[in-house]
Amino acid sequence: MQVNGYKPLIVAFCCNWCSYAGADLAGNNRLAYPADVKIIRVPCSCRVNPMFILRAFQRGADGVIICGCHPGDCHYTSGNYYTRRRMALLFSMLDYLGIEKERTRVEWVSAAEGAKFAATMNDFAEKVAALGENKRLEDLRCKK
Amino acid sequence: MQRIGVFVCHCGTNIAGTVDVKAVADAIKNEPGVVFSAEYQYMCSQAGQELIKNAVAENRLTGIVVCSCSPRMHEATFRKTAAAAGLNPYMVEIANIREQCSWVHKDMLTGTQKAIILAKAAVAKVNLNTPLTPGESPVTKRALVIGGGIAGIQTALDIADAGFKVDIVEKNPTIGGKMAQLDKTFPTLDCAACILTPKMVDAAQNENIKIYSYSEVTEVGGFVGNFEVTIKRKARYVKEDVCTGCGICTEKCPQKKVPNEFNLGMDNRHAIYIPFAQAVPKVATIDPRYCVKLKTGKCGLCEKVCTAGAIDYNAKDEYVKEKYGAIVVATGYNPISVDKFDEFAYSQSKDVITSLELERLMNAAGPTGGTLLRPSDGEHPHTIVFVQCVGSRCDACAQKGKEYCSKICCMYTAKHAMLIRDKYPDTDVYVFYIDVRTPGKNFDEFYRRAVEEYGVHYIKGMVGKVSPEGKKLKVQGSDLIYGKQLHIDADLVVLAAAIEPDKSARPLATMLTASMDTNDFFTEAHPKLRPVESPTAGVFLSGTCQGPKDIPETVSQAGAAASKVIGLLVKDKLKGNPCVAHSNELMCNGCSTCEKVCPYGAISYVDKEFRMPDRTTKVRRVAVVNEAVCQGCGACTVACMSGAMDLKGFLNKQIMAEVDAICK
Amino acid sequence: MQKIKREALISRASELLKNGTVDRVFGWKRGEFDYDITPALFHSADELEKDFVWGSLCGANFSKYLVKEAAAGEGKVLVFLKPCDSYSFNQLLTEHRFPRDKVYAVGVECAGMLDAAKIKAAADGLSAIRETENSVIAETLYDGDIEFKPDDVLAERCLNCKSKKVVAFDEMLGENGEADASARFDEVEKLEKMTPDERYAFWQNELSRCIRCNACRDVCPACTCEKCVFDNPESGAENKAAADSFEEKMFHIIRAFHVAGRCTDCGECSRVCPQHIPLHLLNRKFIKDIDAFYGDYQAGEEVGMRAPVVNYTQNDPEPGDVVGGGANG
Repeated sequence: MQVNGYKPLIVAFCCNWCSYAGADLAGNNRLAYPADVKIIRVPCSCRVNPMFILRAFQRGADGVIICGCHPGDCHYTSGNYYTRRRMALLFSMLDYLGIEKERTRVEWVSAAEGAKFAATMNDFAEKVAALGENKRLEDLRCKK
Repeated sequence: MQRIGVFVCHCGTNIAGTVDVKAVADAIKNEPGVVFSAEYQYMCSQAGQELIKNAVAENRLTGIVVCSCSPRMHEATFRKTAAAAGLNPYMVEIANIREQCSWVHKDMLTGTQKAIILAKAAVAKVNLNTPLTPGESPVTKRALVIGGGIAGIQTALDIADAGFKVDIVEKNPTIGGKMAQLDKTFPTLDCAACILTPKMVDAAQNENIKIYSYSEVTEVGGFVGNFEVTIKRKARYVKEDVCTGCGICTEKCPQKKVPNEFNLGMDNRHAIYIPFAQAVPKVATIDPRYCVKLKTGKCGLCEKVCTAGAIDYNAKDEYVKEKYGAIVVATGYNPISVDKFDEFAYSQSKDVITSLELERLMNAAGPTGGTLLRPSDGEHPHTIVFVQCVGSRCDACAQKGKEYCSKICCMYTAKHAMLIRDKYPDTDVYVFYIDVRTPGKNFDEFYRRAVEEYGVHYIKGMVGKVSPEGKKLKVQGSDLIYGKQLHIDADLVVLAAAIEPDKSARPLATMLTASMDTNDFFTEAHPKLRPVESPTAGVFLSGTCQGPKDIPETVSQAGAAASKVIGLLVKDKLKGNPCVAHSNELMCNGCSTCEKVCPYGAISYVDKEFRMPDRTTKVRRVAVVNEAVCQGCGACTVACMSGAMDLKGFLNKQIMAEVDAICK
Repeated sequence: MQKIKREALISRASELLKNGTVDRVFGWKRGEFDYDITPALFHSADELEKDFVWGSLCGANFSKYLVKEAAAGEGKVLVFLKPCDSYSFNQLLTEHRFPRDKVYAVGVECAGMLDAAKIKAAADGLSAIRETENSVIAETLYDGDIEFKPDDVLAERCLNCKSKKVVAFDEMLGENGEADASARFDEVEKLEKMTPDERYAFWQNELSRCIRCNACRDVCPACTCEKCVFDNPESGAENKAAADSFEEKMFHIIRAFHVAGRCTDCGECSRVCPQHIPLHLLNRKFIKDIDAFYGDYQAGEEVGMRAPVVNYTQNDPEPGDVVGGGANG
């Protein structure tokens, strides 16, 4: 994915039970999405600590997306509900600090939604690429 | 420092077609901790696994990274390989370079670059892996079934048959549940009592089954294999082991104006009563709300007539504590209250009844001795109107009813209509319906017989209004097929009320930390693949507490739940998932935040003494995770401000290391 | 300004010491300067008589001190709680951070606290601050006395006071007030209405002044961790001094996130910041969002409340629908 010659780096945290399997399904169906998206497997979207997200930005990620089970379908019954609240608050705070809100996203992708996974990643990568380099939440020392 | 081996799989051309596997193996060689790397055509094959085992031995590897297909595919395989090679199976990480790389990227260069980064992330994680061992916990070989209807009875019988002890807790004085109130059952029309009561007796006589009737669960502690349950045995004022069930007291009792709940209040019983002739246990119970002796101290007639000396006016509620390995919820259903549906005039006319009331009116042991008579004047009804979906599939009136289909009404209404036309051929029977839903073995045939052989008038459309006028009920409804309004002068109107979970289910779910849906039906662990397990380990679901079902379905689910319980109880020890939360007590604030987000109630708190640097001691409250209960979601780890709570296998620093490796 | 006088506090505290209800008292005393009031622990009536100070410069919130002190002594410790302080007190009780039965809480009516920095800025050569009923007088070395209207020199948190109600006390000195609808979110709204670039510039300017002295963290009654993640090498976020503008942001975002739903908006962080960074604007953003997304919630209003970040409903709004919902949504 390139917009104006910029290739973004995207970290995707995926729930083992749904969106990680959705990503596998996208693979099974050979649905392409940008290689700029790198997936980290977590047991549940509620495992994602805000610290991980900031760390990714610090080290030079241009966008961070968290994928979990659809509300009501959490493997652990309630994890994604906590994710929804935590990320709404965190992302709202980042927006308040002037960080472009298109750099963060929460998306619910089930194990059956391979197509949605690929489409989501394509769309997210495109939006992040259009913003260009993450300059507002990076640690310059990490850019060497 | 770890000694890591990296194994890159070609997967034929699945990976090697888009990823330069040699380049990956070469690039990863210089990562910290990596002492060996290799690529091979099929890592999951026997030969591939041998390659890994040999490499472990030759290079004294402490950790393994396999760059291959999804961990959802072969993580278990490679963990076994590691174990066979003498490594802890949790020292293996998979870099998913097939589904999430070679299959979605077309270009060799991009694919290879990404594969290298994914491999580096896995190496970074393995560098921080520690050997994990699943915890073990013993299993109490006794099951608890909550609810003594057909679901609970069947589950208990099946568990007992396998040789395990099982207790049934039933809140009413007798087991039997709703099925005991039914007259005939569809689609075979055999009598409910004839097939249920032998099972009730079986349960009572089975030496592995203990029945706590007139009892409720008040407290549940512990976890799978080790539940500790408090059961409240409500005072029945009759000694259960002394009463012979002769029934003399129930005839002599002067207080005989008590609405009989077994017949849904359509006749009366005495203050001391046995719910019905085949009750199990067949023991009298005094209803303290009506007993003159208990209320005023005068009377005492039942004590005088009881030759067995079973009456005990001073009885108190008793609490029993018992340990169980598994719990089955079988709390059943109730018809919703139809009072709110003013249009059907249920509360205005005695001749507007619910289907369950009709069951009693048609039952030989019911208030009319089985002759169908109008409740208002005892006359034989000639025109009967059935109204379907009263409160079911209700979206516009969601406040009054339920959005779901109650599933059983179409069939029992066909049964009622058929039975009435069979016994009273001079009766006209109309059924107003939205849809007739009859999936099930011999179900549609059954419904068609009602229409074709018994001449029941099925009308597609809803009843708008029922208004009592004199002895008649004026029924206004629409016929959607002929597009006209119908006016029927009915003698009896029968409402197919929606069914809802029993009210006791919600507090019980809280005690069990089992989840419920918005309608208060228990949620299954997986809607398709684990339909009789609740998400809480060791808690199983039987019957309508999980969703509307008919008897055959209930019985099969009851058997399925029993087999799951047996599968659990047959084990001497339970092996847990080692990827569970763990709290570092030195950093724990004891703030109870993690406890609030834990869906399994796995976190508790203890006061612990700590030695301080100045040699004093200090008592602090700290969190303790019960590893047998924790399922490893990690919600607590983010709720924890101090970072004391961490998740084994997905440690904060491991995930952080993966982030770093990807973003480098 | 304050209706309750110093003598009333001292005499009540002395009585409670004398009759054995408590064996030590948290109070305020003079710091380096007259107008620089600092928290202190008193053990006797004599000590109280000598050093105890009460007035509109006694901003310090004692609740956090109870985490270490409450269980440390034999008997109970007396603590004076202004309305703000009492919310923190309840929040800490909710989190089991100190034993309630080791504390005797005396609620104190509060007329608002002064911002010494504002006075210092307006009065060159400040030597002391006196209060009368309706005015504040700054004594200066060069210009003599300068009189201020209280509203001009009140602390920001008091100008936007959220509550005059002491929500936890064993006894009350003075009248207890009510929670108040204040204009405390106005500043947050102003920021929300800016463009992202303007907001970024605003915060870049503010946070880049941070010297990572940790005063905000150390004074915060919600920051009572046994070990802070930023001091813990195991956490992966250890960060003693910010070396980069990212780390300033990281520290303040994570700190605000950690106290989200638990911050009572006592305003101590901004009061103690030597760089005058309006840190309360971060916390208030979370409070405002929580109120807007999940319904009004005031941390510490009662003991045992479940904070919105550790709670949920099935119909909570989606992050994508609410983020940036202010003015640019």
